[in-house]
Amino acid sequence: MAAPAHLLNSSVGKKIVMAVTGIVLSLFVLGHMAGNLQAFLPNGPEALDHYGVFLRELLHGTGIWFVRAGMLLAVCLHIWAYLGLTQKSLAARPQGYRVTDYEEATLASRSMRWTGPLLGIFIVYHIFHFTVGSVHPHFVEGRVYQNLVSGLAVTWVALFYLVAMGALSFHLFHGVWSMLQTLGLSHPKYDPWRKRLAVAFTIVVCGGFALVPLAVLAGVLK
Amino acid sequence: MKLTLNVWRQRDAKSEGKFVTYDAPDISPDMSFLEMLDVVNQRLVEKAEDPIAFDHDCREGICGMCGIVVNGNPHGPRRGTTSCQLHMRSFKDGDSITLEPWRVTPFPVLKDLIVDRGSFDRIIAAGGFITVPTGNAPDGNAILVPKDCSERSMDAAACIGCGACAAACPNGSAMLFVAAKVSHLALLPQGQPERYERVLSMVGQMDAEGFGTCTNHGECSRACPKEIRQEFIAQLNRDFLRASVFSRPKVAGGAGAG
Amino acid sequence: MELNSAVPSGPLEKKWDKHRFEMKLVNPANKRKYSVIVVGSGLAGGAGAASLAELGYNVSCFCYQDSPRRAHSIAAQGGINASKNYQNDGDSVQRLFYDTIKGGDFRAREANVYRLAQVSENIIDQCVAQGVPFGREYGGTLGNRSFGGAQVSRTFYSRGQTGQQLLLGAYQALERQIGLGNVKMYARHEMLEVVLVDGRARGIVTRDMITGAIESHVADAVVLATGGYANVFYLSTNAAGCNTTAIWRAYKKGAAFANPCYTQIHPTCIPVTGDHQSKLTLMSESLRNDGRIWVPLKKGDMRSAGEIPESERDYYLERKYPSYGNLAPRDIASRAAKQVCDEGRGVGETGLGVYLDFADSIKRLGEDTIRERYGNLFDMYERITDENPYKLPMRIFPAAHYVMGGLWVDYNLMSTIPGLHVAGEANFSDHGANRLGASALMQGLADGYFVLPYTIGNYLASTKQGKVDTSHAAFKDAEAAVATRVKKLIAVKGHRTVDSFHRELGKIMWEHCGMGRTRQGLKTALEKIPRLREEFWKNLTVVGGNDEINQTLEKAGRIADFLELGELLCLDALEREESCGGHFREEYQTPDGEALRNDEKFCHVAAWEYAGEGKTPIRNVEPLAFENVHLTQRSYK
Ligand SMILES: Cc1cc2nc3c(=O)[nH]c(=O)nc-3n(C[C@H](O)[C@H](O)[C@H](O)COP(=O)(O)OP(=O)(O)OC[C@H]3O[C@@H](n4cnc5c(N)ncnc54)[C@H](O)[C@@H]3O)c2cc1C
Ligand code: HEM
Ligand code: HEM
Ligand code: SF4
Ligand code: F3S
Ligand code: FES
Repeated sequence: MAAPAHLLNSSVGKKIVMAVTGIVLSLFVLGHMAGNLQAFLPNGPEALDHYGVFLRELLHGTGIWFVRAGMLLAVCLHIWAYLGLTQKSLAARPQGYRVTDYEEATLASRSMRWTGPLLGIFIVYHIFHFTVGSVHPHFVEGRVYQNLVSGLAVTWVALFYLVAMGALSFHLFHGVWSMLQTLGLSHPKYDPWRKRLAVAFTIVVCGGFALVPLAVLAGVLK
Repeated sequence: MKLTLNVWRQRDAKSEGKFVTYDAPDISPDMSFLEMLDVVNQRLVEKAEDPIAFDHDCREGICGMCGIVVNGNPHGPRRGTTSCQLHMRSFKDGDSITLEPWRVTPFPVLKDLIVDRGSFDRIIAAGGFITVPTGNAPDGNAILVPKDCSERSMDAAACIGCGACAAACPNGSAMLFVAAKVSHLALLPQGQPERYERVLSMVGQMDAEGFGTCTNHGECSRACPKEIRQEFIAQLNRDFLRASVFSRPKVAGGAGAG
Repeated sequence: MELNSAVPSGPLEKKWDKHRFEMKLVNPANKRKYSVIVVGSGLAGGAGAASLAELGYNVSCFCYQDSPRRAHSIAAQGGINASKNYQNDGDSVQRLFYDTIKGGDFRAREANVYRLAQVSENIIDQCVAQGVPFGREYGGTLGNRSFGGAQVSRTFYSRGQTGQQLLLGAYQALERQIGLGNVKMYARHEMLEVVLVDGRARGIVTRDMITGAIESHVADAVVLATGGYANVFYLSTNAAGCNTTAIWRAYKKGAAFANPCYTQIHPTCIPVTGDHQSKLTLMSESLRNDGRIWVPLKKGDMRSAGEIPESERDYYLERKYPSYGNLAPRDIASRAAKQVCDEGRGVGETGLGVYLDFADSIKRLGEDTIRERYGNLFDMYERITDENPYKLPMRIFPAAHYVMGGLWVDYNLMSTIPGLHVAGEANFSDHGANRLGASALMQGLADGYFVLPYTIGNYLASTKQGKVDTSHAAFKDAEAAVATRVKKLIAVKGHRTVDSFHRELGKIMWEHCGMGRTRQGLKTALEKIPRLREEFWKNLTVVGGNDEINQTLEKAGRIADFLELGELLCLDALEREESCGGHFREEYQTPDGEALRNDEKFCHVAAWEYAGEGKTPIRNVEPLAFENVHLTQRSYK
């Protein structure tokens, strides 16, 4: 059988797809988070607007579409694998146990199934919110900083963002080390560091993201 | 001591099952869990009631035949211990214990606590071997095996095929069992010729049998009576990745996986 | 009945090669046309079924467990012997042969034992190639440990799970053949009859343990590799399911049963704790490499081991057998333990136990080395007894473990029923009156990998037999017999459980036919057993029917056979008026309590022939000629 066939048809293969797309998504959120933090620079508003412009003008405007296409593909493959794997697992235990007693499985590992879709929903909303602007009451094309602040000034929106970041933190906490395991990156000597890496990555990304809505709520960014 | 048992009773594969409660008075802490069940069964038989059916044979933790989910723990609360080696001193007087069969689609319940684990044999038949017909072997010492390789291989080979991993896995995945066999052979020089072929065919069979998928929960290693490490699942993933990326179209007559 | 051992002529070391050349071969294209039934998937059956299938025969294989991988060979811990002489310590085929003959107290057939020693080397090669993770030296070469009854280090091991790893090797080979469609595996099938057509074994009748279906299976040759019957003692180191049914059915169809009284009591098992006990757990004999066995000098000394000073300890094996010390053979070590306990010097609540102490070797080698060597055994001990053997000495006591006796077979492993071959522990062939440690795995694999594939071919090639199928009267009769028997068991509807009968039989056997046997004791047993059997058929209770999984019914069938075998066992023990190996008749011992053989009268195999219901079986003898070793009083001093 050809390589892709194994990757796409078998459970372990799908899992690898999940991991690889997971990396792409993880790296994206890392960079995205860094980008957002520019809002805190003294010249925050300009910085962020220019950042937006920079994004859109990348390679004469084509770059962003490459990025978008890549992101879209990653999310789709990720979700596709998710559907395949999750369905298989549900089918493997139609009848559960009367008593269950998990010791190793974490809340994060067992909620992957839910934090994932939640993130999916968030992303869709989020794009209509800040990129398309259709769900944004005071959306002004190109005024990224202003959109950001005015958008998150609405308390429930900010709260939703925070909830989403909570979901993301769970997702990454298990996801990042799980990904290493899935890709076979394991060695007794370094294994202890895999979970530490996951924790660090989660704190940085989700912490960084969360700062923005918090700051807006607190009136630091206006 | 005195115990209360909630036991899954099911006449056969076709019938519906249900939980039945039994009192188990004067149980000695020195008894093994299965000896406790023996006593309960003796009393049932004396009352001409159908005794609780459960699989067992060696009763010393090596054949892998026994397997009961005790209060949500396959093989019971004690780590690195099979149901038959679990002793009643792990319980307190007055405890109420729930006994359930392995619950995974590829392990259909045959009766009470007995399931059919034929799917594991089929996974081995699919490629869990080294092709060396009797009489084809070179001298034992012609193949040097670094001590550390044989030790790690042995860690994986210690698997007794009990199925507790799949029973414990929230996803009903048999990855630990398959990983143990793949690693046992992949870690030895003798296992290299069929190494990548093997991992593909065994994973293929595992999927075909209808086991769940691994999302690295880690419950399997914890339930495993031989404490097979999750590290071996990474080993399987690694070999699978390599195999699926680099595998060539099968050459006619190539050492096949069954 | 005449017993033709069919041993080839010529010098001992040439017999097997000569025979292999003289045996007829089946043309490769024709092998597919022959079918072979292998009952048993242990080392003997599993290896045999796989090897026969590799040659191209149509094989069907049967086991009562849910998977062939669970045969009781899996429980073997210590290791497997081979005369590789990798340690350069003077081992050789000749020495392994001699040790085995001597270890068996000169009651085994020379030619078979020599062949065993010869193929032992191929076994290790085969298993290594299959990926059995044997213990290794740092340079990557195979490691060895020494074992009871030998002064050379020739035992190969995989931690304390050698049997498991060897069986997995055979199992994987077998599964490969199953995958290729060359073997049809019948798990959870119990064999309940052998079927003879024109005096030849042509098939078996089995009960599907899930549906209760009683089915016939036809073949051109039948192999029984169904293991040992030590469970006749109720408490033994065997698996709950180990039984005599398969070979007992064959015996009643005309296969001679050889030396049933040669049973082995293993010296290092975990002592009994109470009546609830369902089995005894073995602590591998390899522990005796580093553990020292002792009891207090004073009888009834209730102090804990730690409080007893060196000067008040009796390391009785080292004292009695200076040259072998703690590595004295099993029968001797077991009897010695019984003696000190009879003297009231036993340890533990029951007083039925002796210490196996690792304090010295832990001091000498460090706890890590000991953990590396025996870690899993120590853990097992700790799980069962709740005591930490790294701190306290282990408490051990002898337990029924292995049977040297079994169906009589000739050099080709064929029983007195043409076409019915018997391999592994189920036959009597190689261990005489006592088996040395690490020799049963060797024999099982020798039979399966390297003997049956040749001798079965020879049998098939040299015998013309017509086609038969399951509609043949012989099969219908056998099926009917099995069905009636099952019905009968269910119909008793008495008040006693199967286990209570088994436990009582076990008590009788252990008391009167265990480590020490007397004429009087055996006579008593011979009165008690028939009475118990009678009650069994009057007062047994089996719940449920045949057409379902019915574990009490399965057990009942096996105990019914044990109740008959037990009698034959005692009879054989009574008739053999000498002490040899595992058979110790207290009337026959040297002044210092060693087994006293009687070579004039008993240097032979006793092969019992079934004479019909209620009749005393006939005792045939196969004289044993020793041309290559001279009989000595077996001494390990
Ligand atoms: C605890 C323990 C430790 C041991 N340690 C060692 C050791 O270290 N070294 C050593 O050399 N030897 C050791 N022995 C002895 C050795 O393990 C056995 O003698 C040997 O494995 C027997 O193998 P076998 O293939 O003849 O029978 P088994 O492995 O017992 O296989 C019997 C097979 O027959 C099948 N069967 C039985 N009855 C029926 C029936 N009626 N119908 C259908 N199928 C049936 C069973 O399902 C099974 O597959 C040990 C034994 C025990 C009990
Ligand atoms: C509090 C957290 C977040 C804030 C404040 C935020 C803010 C923004 C803003 C302002 C934009 C518009 C940028 C532009 O148009 O130039 C944007 C775009 C985007 N964000 Fe976020 N974001 C957050 C979290 C996330 C997360 C968790 C994800 C992914 C799971 C994500 C995915 C995206 C995507 C895909 C785009 C569109 C990029 C494009 O194609 O133009 N964001 N975000
Ligand atoms: C910001 C977007 C996302 C990121 C950064 C992300 C990241 C990851 C990572 C790194 C993994 C680990 C892969 C592995 O274990 O091999 C993972 C797993 C998973 N993802 Fe996502 N993911 C995102 C979005 C989603 C979405 C939208 C879904 C579902 C709709 C989803 C569902 C899952 C599930 C169920 C797993 C579990 C697989 C496992 O644990 O093995 N994820 N994700
Ligand atoms: S991996 Fe562990 S739990 Fe799974 S089958 Fe093997 S021994 Fe049992
Ligand atoms: S518990 Fe299940 S998810 Fe994977 S790590 Fe073990 S198989
Ligand atoms: S009965 Fe053999 S492992 Fe439990």
